Amino acid sequence: MDGTEPDPREVEFQALVDADGRIEPRDWMPDAYRRSLVRQIAQHAHSEIIGMQPEGNWITRAPSLRRKAILMAKVQDEAGHGLYLYAAAETLGVSRDELLDLLHAGKQKYSSIFNYPTLTWADMGAIGWLVDGAAITNQVPLCRCSYGPYARAMVRICKEESFHQRQGFESLLTLSRGTVEQKAMAQDAVDRWWYPSLAMFGPPDSESTHTGTSMAWGIKRFSNDELRQKFVDMTVPQSEVLGLRIPDPDLRWNEERGHYDFTAPDWEELRRVISGDGPCNRQRIEHRVSVHERGSWVSDAAAAYAAKHADGEVAA
Amino acid sequence: MTAEPLWEVFVRSRRGLSHIHAGSLHAPDAAMALRNARDVYTRRQEGVSIWVVPSSSITASSPDEKDAFFDPAGDKVYRHPTFYDIPDEVRHL
Repeated sequence: MDGTEPDPREVEFQALVDADGRIEPRDWMPDAYRRSLVRQIAQHAHSEIIGMQPEGNWITRAPSLRRKAILMAKVQDEAGHGLYLYAAAETLGVSRDELLDLLHAGKQKYSSIFNYPTLTWADMGAIGWLVDGAAITNQVPLCRCSYGPYARAMVRICKEESFHQRQGFESLLTLSRGTVEQKAMAQDAVDRWWYPSLAMFGPPDSESTHTGTSMAWGIKRFSNDELRQKFVDMTVPQSEVLGLRIPDPDLRWNEERGHYDFTAPDWEELRRVISGDGPCNRQRIEHRVSVHERGSWVSDAAAAYAAKHADGEVAA
Repeated sequence: MTAEPLWEVFVRSRRGLSHIHAGSLHAPDAAMALRNARDVYTRRQEGVSIWVVPSSSITASSPDEKDAFFDPAGDKVYRHPTFYDIPDEVRHL
């Protein structure tokens, strides 16, 4: 294509997207659309499975059987979410193994939030309330994303995330209404997770590299700053019910804008964490790779068993 | 590690309804696919029955031919009940 004569397939593709239609795996799509989706879905899938680590950290130390069962169910959900998303990515012609190799080699990223450590039990509550709350804010519009398999995966994920956020809120509320020490622990967790949660929406619109095209392709519906504002507006009233303080002295309701004014996260810190220099980056990938390698005998054994019984095997 | 085959998962949410495509997963064999499908797609009692089908066994119509393929139905509006004019006073028809 020389630019003056648009590819008719591309015209048809864009018309379908503009009419809020859905693109399905075997439809023609621009290479850049495919690449952009693979990048985004893979990053999302990686975030789900890396996100199992900071929470898995507290399963053995959950304060009650009830909290332990809840936390295990949540971590199991993250594995499931990873699977839905890897499956969605595979419809674009990449393989899950290939994507995992890229993750392990540091060539694909995951959400920067999971490079922060979970220092106390209250972090489980703060992650559910703030991190999953931010994730939901990001993900709900993705349920209407132009790529069908991604949108369908997001519908399932959003339904399940709602439990994640509510259990986190409830857990923090219990701590906040508990002893002085418990309340202090909850406040400390909110103090540490607030700004990293705001950073989950990505760089400010003025610096976002992917927003423009993602919007035109119907992958993204709202800009990073719009979603961040939405999250703050939803979360501040919840913090009042919790009786916990948002660690931002400049946070206040702006009558004129109809939104809260708030302090932006430290973008320099976000850049550092994304580029590999966060508190836990190395640990997360090392752990991921080691589990992958140490667990490979399980899939090898299953494959050997399947090969041995391949003849005459019928599904139950 | 060898790549495990891909399976399509269909879930019947309750008796009386048909199986609906829920998603896909990798598994070495049908029995494992079924177990994994249970763990992945029915963690919240979303189903009472699951089918797993090797993705390679599915034959699909081609999106490139979709117009031509589905065209024959396009000009046969007389297949719909609303095609027929019936006097207003006629009941139960």
